[in-house]
Amino acid sequence: MPDNNNVDTTLNNLVIAGQSYQSRLLVGTGKYRDFAETKLAIDASGAQIVTVAIRRVNIGQDASQPSLLDFLPPSRFTILPNTAGCYDAKEAVRTLRLARELLDGHKLVKLEVLADDSTLFPNMPETLIAAKELVKDGFDVMVYCADDPIQARALEDIGCVAVMPLASLIGSGMGILNPWNLEIILDRVGVPVLVDAGIGTASDATIAMEMGCDGVLMNTAIAKARDPVLMAGAMKKAVESGREAFLAGRMPKKIYQASASSPREGRIGS
Amino acid sequence: MLNIIVNGRPVTQPAGARVDAIVAGMQLAGKRFAVERNGEIVPKSRLTETPVEDGDRFEIVIAVGGG
Repeated sequence: MPDNNNVDTTLNNLVIAGQSYQSRLLVGTGKYRDFAETKLAIDASGAQIVTVAIRRVNIGQDASQPSLLDFLPPSRFTILPNTAGCYDAKEAVRTLRLARELLDGHKLVKLEVLADDSTLFPNMPETLIAAKELVKDGFDVMVYCADDPIQARALEDIGCVAVMPLASLIGSGMGILNPWNLEIILDRVGVPVLVDAGIGTASDATIAMEMGCDGVLMNTAIAKARDPVLMAGAMKKAVESGREAFLAGRMPKKIYQASASSPREGRIGS
Repeated sequence: MLNIIVNGRPVTQPAGARVDAIVAGMQLAGKRFAVERNGEIVPKSRLTETPVEDGDRFEIVIAVGGG
């Protein structure tokens, strides 16, 4: 990264399951107007890992229509299949076995087991069961979870390669609602911690990265921006900016005590 | 005649059909897809040799946009 001379680029790489990624921004591919817009936004985001959902082929669908993976070839992107829409461990495991077959043995997956239709909160008991099963079956599991340090740690102990607590509800754009819990997770968990869900705008992503998160996963914040491609570029910069600020180490906060930046000596008339 | 369920819908196949016949009807040539038969993955390499049996349940999936 020639424009990043002051940053040790090895420190700036995200390593998941032994694979190194320059981009710490992971993006979803849902909710875009069409595949062309999806591709433009993802290119602008600089993301290398992109999530996809696994769904039934519609019987009688027009086969001449291009498919998502024609626009996002697995040769160029790390495709991260998810289990969105699964409400129990069994369904999630089945979905990811299908994904592995679809992607020719690809092991890196995003597990998410949902508990409730209106909040899309994770079902943690089922998530833990599915995680165990998938790890045993040789998958590299990145896992959407509650912002609960105990559950996050349990997922690490099972062997998940990354834990991904929600910042706020999926698709809500409410930002990081419990930074204190996230701090504890960052403190207690050794595998990469990525904020997944709830990012609304660039500053939310920057805050997550400044706190020391290893990455951010988002979909709606880009796809449902008025200009998704412009927002994708903003998110790229926000994540990079937050990461560099984290590495740089922020100045200490000084409550009730100002500190002048200009010299006190040599003022005119003194 | 074999009565089977494909992606939740009843479908018929002639006796002796193999799994690739179901896929062929879906015009998936050149696309990435995966097949599950009665809860078990059928690898692509075995589509032509795996028989369809009466009452089988198939799931045939592709990747779509998601978060």
